[in-house]
Amino acid sequence: MIRAEGVGLHYGSSEDGADAAAPEVLQALSFSVPGGGWRWLLGPSGAGKSSLLRLLHVSARPTRGRLHLMGVDVGQARRRELPALRRRIGMVFQDFRLLAHLSVFDNVALPLRLAGRPEGQLRADVTEMLRWVGLSKVAAMRPTVLSGGEQQRAAIARAVIVRPLLLLADEPTGNLDDVQAERLMVLLREMNRLGTTVIVATHNMALVERHPGEALELARGRLVRDG
Amino acid sequence: MARVIAARRFDGLGLRHAPGWRILPLIVAAMTFLAALAIAGAQGAAELGRHWQQGAAATLTVQVPRPGTAPSPPVAAGETRRDRVAALLRGTPGIAAVRPLGDAELSDLLRPWLGSSAEQLALPLPAVIAVTVSGATGTVGGVDLAALAARLEATAPGTLVESHGIWVRRLALLADSLRLCALAALGLVAAVAGAVIVVATRAALASRRGVVETLHGLGATDFYVADRFARHACRAAALGGVAGLVLAVPVVVALTALAAPFVSPAPVEPGLPGWAELLATLPRLPPLLFWALPALPLSAAAIGYIAAQGAVRAWLRRLP
Repeated sequence: MIRAEGVGLHYGSSEDGADAAAPEVLQALSFSVPGGGWRWLLGPSGAGKSSLLRLLHVSARPTRGRLHLMGVDVGQARRRELPALRRRIGMVFQDFRLLAHLSVFDNVALPLRLAGRPEGQLRADVTEMLRWVGLSKVAAMRPTVLSGGEQQRAAIARAVIVRPLLLLADEPTGNLDDVQAERLMVLLREMNRLGTTVIVATHNMALVERHPGEALELARGRLVRDG
Repeated sequence: MARVIAARRFDGLGLRHAPGWRILPLIVAAMTFLAALAIAGAQGAAELGRHWQQGAAATLTVQVPRPGTAPSPPVAAGETRRDRVAALLRGTPGIAAVRPLGDAELSDLLRPWLGSSAEQLALPLPAVIAVTVSGATGTVGGVDLAALAARLEATAPGTLVESHGIWVRRLALLADSLRLCALAALGLVAAVAGAVIVVATRAALASRRGVVETLHGLGATDFYVADRFARHACRAAALGGVAGLVLAVPVVVALTALAAPFVSPAPVEPGLPGWAELLATLPRLPPLLFWALPALPLSAAAIGYIAAQGAVRAWLRRLP
């Protein structure tokens, strides 16, 4: 599913997004995650968790090493091959990134529309997904009027509506109370049980202790724990 | 069908309220108006040039010197050298009409240069014969000017034949230059319209950057994103194109009506054309204008789509 070999990443201001003089935020990462696996992504702020998630979400390409996602070499793949790869990856952002001009229904339906699903065939799936995350009653509302927990659930629904092979979550419980956080973990575990590879970045160690699992831990851009 | 329409109407990028689009139809309308005038100008220059060339190319001027100014064979009693030349011209194939100018007519022609007392100067003025040939545009009716001049020389030595060729060439050059200038103006208008659409698209992109990046992350292709922007630009440009055309048509019709006397052999009515004349001009618009003017909104829409596609795709290349 995921295989990283000496992966490095540095940001820059040049056209191709990489500046050789910029310091590496990720350095020589090597790890692998099998299909259907679960990994916590741990480390203090600034350790590189979000940067690694950007690589895994194909929002950036490695500037060093090789990263294989679902059989695709992300660094070598043609640009036009990447949208199809991204549609097989679900991402839950810390700041949700729901589109404010769309209703909750349309936000959740967006990945299906991008995948070319006909309008007549997506209504049932979206309705079922909204029921699953408990947002049926607010389907017609704009995300801006929802609570933080409701927005988080809408973001999760959008991430899993296409049944992704890989689900990434960046601090998914950061804006939630304990009850909402536990409910979210149940959803993520359920996705994992159904076969989706799940990687959850967090610095909430209490949450990790309540839901033990294998972990990748970063410190200053380096991998210090794998397992 | 309704589902397809619903899918197309889905505004995932929220472009309806993006800045930049609202001003676009106004600018494109102005560009379309100017483009219509440029096309009408090119067409008018071509028509006027063609008409003037036809007139100049279809006439010859023959000057017969007065007796005594050049050696001449004997002339029968009661017959003048001018009459012999005119008779020879009338018998020449390709010549449609021969009209010797009278003394009064000749004095009228010379009055601007010699004043009202031209006839009192006792100058040995030649007799002048206006000849109309029946040939095609740009030729001298298949008349062999060299052979004709030789025959006229034998009949009335010193007779000159002027074919107006230099004026035909200059008129052709003037008409071609005007047409090229009008086409250059048309190209410039199209380029400016494209640049304006690119600027408006970039403004819309800047305001929707976060949305575009989110869609990109969700797996939207460059085509999906660029097509949404391009459709909006296309609609805005088409709207502006139609508005500009609606404004331009009355002006073009009025100009055509004003130019009609210069390109038509029909008698000229005194005074300016009224509404009835303007409306009557509409069906008589040159064929080029009939397809070129309606094509302007379509062209504007095409420029809008292509320019926006290019601008968005270039911007998207910053993303991985």
